[in-house]
Amino acid sequence: MKEEIIIAGFGGQGVLSMGKILAYAGLMNNLEVTWMPAYGPEQRGGTANVTVILSDSPISSPVLDRYDTAVILNQQSLDKFESKVKPGGTLIYDPSGIHHLPTRTDINIVPVDAMEAAIEMNNTKTYNMILLGSLLALRPIVDTEAVVKALRKTLPERHHHLIPLNEQAIAKGMELARK
Amino acid sequence: MKGNEAIAHAAIRYGVDGYFGYPITPQSEVLETLEDEQPWDTTGMVVLQAESEVAAINMVYGGASSGKAVMTSSSSPGVSLKQEGISYIAAAELPALIVNVMRGGPGLGTIQPSQADYFQATKGGGHGDYHLIVLSPATVQEMADFVGLGFDLAFKYRTPAMILADGIVGQMMEKVVLPPFRPRRTDAEIAAQCPWATTAKRGRGHRNIVTSLEMDSPKMEENNRRFQETYARIQENEVRFQEYYTEDAEYLMVAFGSVARICLKAIEDARAAGIKVGLLRPITLWPFPTKEIAALSRRVKGMLVVELNAGQMIEDVRLATEGRVPVYHFGRMGGMIPNPDEVLDALKKDFPEIK
Repeated sequence: MKEEIIIAGFGGQGVLSMGKILAYAGLMNNLEVTWMPAYGPEQRGGTANVTVILSDSPISSPVLDRYDTAVILNQQSLDKFESKVKPGGTLIYDPSGIHHLPTRTDINIVPVDAMEAAIEMNNTKTYNMILLGSLLALRPIVDTEAVVKALRKTLPERHHHLIPLNEQAIAKGMELARK
Repeated sequence: MKGNEAIAHAAIRYGVDGYFGYPITPQSEVLETLEDEQPWDTTGMVVLQAESEVAAINMVYGGASSGKAVMTSSSSPGVSLKQEGISYIAAAELPALIVNVMRGGPGLGTIQPSQADYFQATKGGGHGDYHLIVLSPATVQEMADFVGLGFDLAFKYRTPAMILADGIVGQMMEKVVLPPFRPRRTDAEIAAQCPWATTAKRGRGHRNIVTSLEMDSPKMEENNRRFQETYARIQENEVRFQEYYTEDAEYLMVAFGSVARICLKAIEDARAAGIKVGLLRPITLWPFPTKEIAALSRRVKGMLVVELNAGQMIEDVRLATEGRVPVYHFGRMGGMIPNPDEVLDALKKDFPEIK
């Protein structure tokens, strides 16, 4: 098993932290993991992306140009990464702010209205966890239990009371992706 | 954890006595993690943010003179500032660990990954005839492991060692098994291990003086001969490298650090297409695996050196092959990173017989 994932959007949308939680969840499931960010000023606005690889064997390159799965949160990232999804792969995107829809027919394209769902949940910070839920519904590479363990590991203790809310967000994302 | 964080944790666990640094992207997490961990309360390790890189390396010089296990870390422009101090430390025959998490240059350049400090690290960097032991990590695990290895080699040969990492391996997160905790050495242990150190006389009867200055030229030449003997012993005993798919390889890629992993992915793709390519990854950039590359140059049809620079390690590869096979270069510069497809395309372009 090997899953090569790109998560891309604006800085501040939780791109890097979503990738980090996914990587830690892989670790909890005893997988090999790499988390490779486009680091630097991108983290403070502008586009941000992170490559996450989960595998049951040692991982060679942390830098890729073709992905099994892409999670896309803005137009620039869609323009950049749509062509880089492997045939038969999965592209999840949030349609808010997307004007030119993805056009490929050889991949599984799934729009998830995560921003709207986050607003419904009265907490826009759940946005990235909703998308993580959608990703895991379509690509069940790690189980929800591992994600909760990862949240416990990566969130500072003062934020642990937010873990149930994050679980709800993941469940919401799963439901949206299955529609 | 990130590669930079792994260095900080490994330093505390190794029993390092002092870290002196100054923040610079993409290695600032080393200092940040040490400040978070507060090892001065647990192991007694000193962590100090100096006023500049120059100050930090001279603090290392002072700490190393007293036999302490001391280190600094920086990124390319900061490591340039440290060069005078590194030359002094090498000339004074002191153990120390210097970490360079390279970014794109020259000048202030960019904060993105690079390998353009290969010449600086392996050919001297500062003035005078000296070498550093240069370790090149490709994984977060090696970032952790090479802290201990670097110090062990530095103390064994009384010469500074460098971890020459790139921004990728500094910023990337991977699984890592940290080394076990070991206590810092006691003053008595340091005095026993380092009879040359300025540890106070302790009944020794004479004063130890640590200096790089020797005004008497015949004596300075004698010192240089001793340094060269040390370097010869290091070249004899400490070459480290890793080979992948070389048994039946018709073509060889040579790459270090995280670029070796990008090449490995390209090679996996090439092998799937029936192209017999292998990889040699030097782990020590100095001493360089010259003999191993020479041996491979008798078996393969050609070599491709892949680096994040305009062509630096390729000079050492060409010297090793002595013109037996064509050696080509593929590099990206200024913080750009090639993907595996680009590497494979470069191989096919240089060796058109590969279909």
